[in-house]
Formats: sequence, structure tokens, C-alpha cells
Amino acid sequence: MIRDYNMKEYKKNAFRQSKYRGEIASRVRVPGGVIDAKSLMRVVEIAEKYGDGTINLTNRQGFEIPHIRIEDRDKVNEELQLIIENTNVNHGQPGEGYPASGTRNVVACPGKELCPFGCYDTKALAAKLDKMIFPNNHHVKIACTGCSNDCAHVRLNDFGIIGQTEPQYDPDRCIGCEQCVKYCSKRSVGALSVVNGKIVRDTNKCIGCGVCVNYCPTRAWTRSKEHYFRLELLGRTGKKNPRLGEDFLKWADEESVCKIIKNTYDYLDDYLDMAAVEAKEHIGYIVDRTGVEEFLKYAMKDVELGPKCEMAGRMYWGGKRYDQTNELRKSMFRFSDREE
Amino acid sequence: MGYTLTRSEFDQVLSELGKNYRLYAPVLKIGQGRFTDTDVVIYDFISESSEIELEKKSDFSFKEILTPLSQTLFFFTENVIKEADIDCSDAIIFLRSCDMHAVKRLDQIYLNNGKHVDPFYKKVRDHVKFVLIGCPGSFQECFCVSMGTNKTDDGYLFALNYSGDQFDVDVKDAALNELFEKAGAAAKEVAVDYVTENETKVTIPETVPNSIYQSDLWKEYDKRCVACGRCNLVCPTCTCFTMQDAFYTDNGKVGERRRVGGSCMIDGYSTVAGGGQYRRKHGERMRFKVLHKIYDFRKRYGYDMCVGCGRCDDVCPEYISFSNIINKVNAEVKEGE
Repeated sequence: MIRDYNMKEYKKNAFRQSKYRGEIASRVRVPGGVIDAKSLMRVVEIAEKYGDGTINLTNRQGFEIPHIRIEDRDKVNEELQLIIENTNVNHGQPGEGYPASGTRNVVACPGKELCPFGCYDTKALAAKLDKMIFPNNHHVKIACTGCSNDCAHVRLNDFGIIGQTEPQYDPDRCIGCEQCVKYCSKRSVGALSVVNGKIVRDTNKCIGCGVCVNYCPTRAWTRSKEHYFRLELLGRTGKKNPRLGEDFLKWADEESVCKIIKNTYDYLDDYLDMAAVEAKEHIGYIVDRTGVEEFLKYAMKDVELGPKCEMAGRMYWGGKRYDQTNELRKSMFRFSDREE
Repeated sequence: MGYTLTRSEFDQVLSELGKNYRLYAPVLKIGQGRFTDTDVVIYDFISESSEIELEKKSDFSFKEILTPLSQTLFFFTENVIKEADIDCSDAIIFLRSCDMHAVKRLDQIYLNNGKHVDPFYKKVRDHVKFVLIGCPGSFQECFCVSMGTNKTDDGYLFALNYSGDQFDVDVKDAALNELFEKAGAAAKEVAVDYVTENETKVTIPETVPNSIYQSDLWKEYDKRCVACGRCNLVCPTCTCFTMQDAFYTDNGKVGERRRVGGSCMIDGYSTVAGGGQYRRKHGERMRFKVLHKIYDFRKRYGYDMCVGCGRCDDVCPEYISFSNIINKVNAEVKEGE
């Protein structure tokens, strides 16, 4: 049997090239990490029928079914169709599998549907974003988290979306029990203080986590009708310069956040280094080349931020610079020095 | 007299009543619950029947109208004191049988507890009348039957049964008959709905021996209870309050005295001058609350304070059941006999 497979095409079809010759792994996209039981059963069936009966849970809330023989690709794609439809993922010809793999699965924490602290429906936003941006070959990572706890680790993504609520205070319902003050200080940033028996919120310090609302026993604190978002930009992992995403917007509205993400694809069309290996670069490296201003020119096109929204001025990212030095022995301060 | 009314006829009655009374009823507050996009039922003004939440138990009770969570009593500056203006225009409160019984408890504490009457309470109370909402069924956690509060025979203007767009009323205050007839209400024999059985049942011990104070049963709550005080704040019979003297920040010579809701479960309640605290452990606070509700109050006034509305059980974030504690106390008392 002649084994001549266009691996580039297979990768775009969401199959990972395996280190075992003749094998690939099927990458199942699960926007927001929500999968119905029938689709999950299908994942199991594929693993049993075409793989070795094992399944990897990916870091981005998808599945990876390893040890599939390359020649079974078409059959696996047919079986994937049920999952693709049930997870409502955009696709081309039915039975041909996923049309891209570049834009990664959109991650979401449990969000308001389950978690007492979730400030918005993370799963719904993940599904909405996925519909908007997939399929696409650009390497883009997006994650949604319900509150500033950031259980979804959104700061390691190109776009990290953190839910916010603007606490509403009704002094007539406040008995001054100070539980909000205590829990804001213990579980959050300590933005609340007591003046004359009533609560004062430091609006600059407040991160909109909603802890005060959660612990208020009288509903003196309630949540704003509007759901707000903090947008973290251009975090990443990697060999060269891993770094946390930096605050770009706070108190932003959902529409603006979605637009910014969508607009970024135009920027990538124009500035992606086609000489990059597999034409795959973290957006941050491109922005490092073009400057933030150029990036924002694209990203902010037709975006009208709400009156409450705050936008960062100049943006700087930190993180490790392994491409500059990876020397630990000559670092400034050593434990052995301390004892001397 | 009994009447049956359509929704629009009933709204006409409300609109007429609204001319002379402030109407308070349980209202569903959309999005104002503890968690994102959850609701809460709180008492508020209403002007028509659709605003009244009849399908759910109110999370907070009517007591906030009679004893506001935060109430300025008077203002002071130098040697002048000015009593705060309290809105004591006539009001009608829509409430259920258990809460009707709770009114008696509030009156007991604020009006009939020793020789002093609470003037701030009295001012409001004198102008409040009630409408009894019938209960076609028991809500979760209700134990009104055990507490004998499932039925109310008097003390209200009219009682109300509801079913979709049909409202049946049993008018107690004959002066209102004309109002209903003018709205087009048809005469009908009406007996107000009341609950005859709850899923939750409690047995209250007749007497509680002193040994119960040392019982191990309270220890469980040292850890389980988080002392948030939600149980007290939703309770229709909890009457504790605390005082705040506020000196305005831009002119310290002017200020106000407020009273705000108190809770025997929240830190600071038993703190005395010098910083001493009498019930530091949460289990001790639980013991105090429970025995007050089902024993101490009865020793003084002859009937139990708790009315079995079950709001405390509904609201507890740690799933501590007050009704279950009553039964635990009873079991322990029985065992000791």
C-alpha cells in the first residue's frame, strides 16, 4: 500500500500528526466545553472503533482521540458529523469533518449557569464567539471566564474575557453588618469601607467580581442589569516569551468585545508572517512587530465603547524572555547568598 | 360577603383602594437575586394585580414595611433634635396567614412588651391594614400547620383566593362591600384557602430542661453556620435592631440616629463595652435563636414566636434547617425524660 497523505490538509481537517508512523489523532471541538451525552458516547465509539480505546481531554476543553490509522480518516469524519452538529460548530460538506483547526476551541468556565460567582453565561458567549470565528486557519486563542477568579485562565489567551458586574447599592436596605466589607477584603480586592454605618465603594479599585452581592444578607447590594466585561489582551504560553494577558478594557459591553475579536482576523490577514513555521504565530508576536497602535487600528474598527468602559492607555507586556536569557545560576539573588 | 372577580375587576378595586392607601405586596424583583440573573421576592408598592407575586413565597417578609431595615429616627445638631418625618399615611399589606400571625408577634414586642410603646413602630402600625392571601398549597419548607399559623380568621380587610385571572374574595370589612360591587364583582360564597398539611412537620417540646444549653447538638453549627444572619433578616418575627449614630462627614456637628436591622447570628450582636462577646461560637448563637423562637418567647408571652414560614430554611446558604433543629431539640428533650 502506498502511503501518500497530504499531512497539511489533514492538520487543517483537525487531525494531529502522531509520532507513530501511520497514525493521526482526531481533535474534537467542544465550544465552551459543553457536550451532550450522545456526542460524548460518539467520542467513545470512535475511540473504541478506530483508536485504541483511550481519549485525551485537551487543555482547551476538547477531546483528542489518539491512535487512529490515517486511512480511517474519512470514516472517522463521518462519525464526527453527529458531534459537529450537536455542538453546533460551523462546517462545510457533512461528513468531511472539521474545516479548520487554526482558531482554537473557545474555552469557558462554568459561568453563571452553575457557579454562584459567575457574572455572565460564559458557555453561551463561547458558543456565540465560536459561531463568529470558526472555521479559520489563524492561530487564535480565546477564553471566557465568569468572574475575576479567572478559573478559565483567560490571561494565557490572546483574548481573555472576564465577567464583571457593577454592584448597585441601596443604603435603605443596608444594616451595616459589614459582611460585604469583610468578604471583599478576604476574597477580593478590599474596595469597600464603612462611613457612618453605610458602605462606600472605591469605584477605581472595584473589579466587579460581585462578592459583595453574594454575601449581602439583605439585597442592599444587587447586580447591575448590564453584564460587563474585562478584556485581557495577548497573553500566551510558549518557548520564547510566555506572558500574562494585560488589561485592555474594563466595564466593556459584549458587542464591543465580540467586534474586537472579529476585527483581529483582518489584522492577521494583513500582518501574519507567512514565513512563520506553518504560518502560525501567536498574535502577540505580530503585535510586537507592528506596534500596538497598528493592531488597535484594526481591532477597534467600528467599535463604540459604552460610557462606562475604560480603555488602557499604553500597553506593555512582561513575562519571561527565554530568547534573551535562561540563566538561573547568575541571577541576582540566590538562596545560598542569603545565608551568607 | 364573598365575591368573585375577573382580573380587570380586581384591578379596579385595587385602583380605588390605591386612592386612599399605599398598597404593599410581594413583588418579583427581576435580576435582583443573589446570583447573576436570578430574582428575589421583596415587598414593594403595587398598583395592579399583575405586580403581585402570588406563585412564590416572598423571600423577605412584610416586616420591612413596619420595621424598615434602616430607619432614621431623628436628626440632631447642637442642642436641636428633629424627629425624622415618617410616612405614616394609610397602607394595606397583602400577606399570607403565617405572616398575619407574625404581625401579632411584632405588635407584642413593639407595643405590648412592658409599659413603653415604641413610638416609631406605632406611628406606622396604626395606619396599616391587611389583606390575607389564601394559600392553595404549601410551599417548600413551610411548617405552618405544626405552628398553628396556617389559618387566620380575623384582622384583615378581605381574604383573597387566586387562580389564573380569577380572584375570589371574602370581605370582612363590610365598608368595602360597596367597592367590590361597584367594580362589578359577582356575589359568591368564598372560604379562603389555607394549608392543611405541610411536608415539613415539627414537634415543639413543651418545656426545655436547662441541660439543653450544654447539649452537643449545637456544636455541629459551630462549623456549619457561617453567621451571615440571613435567617434573621428574612424572618417575619425577628425584631432585633441596633443603633447607628452618624455624624455627617462635612459637618460633624450635624448628624442622625438610625436604627437598623439586627441579627443574633451576625458578629457583634453580643459584643459589650470593653469588647466582651457572650456568644462567640456560632453554635451558641444558633442555640439562642432556636430557643428564643420556640421556648423563651413562649415563657414570657404564652405562645411561640416562630410562625413556621420556613423562610430561614429557604435562604440558608449552608442548608441548615431550622425546622430540623426544632425536631432535634424535641428528640433530645424526649430522650432525657
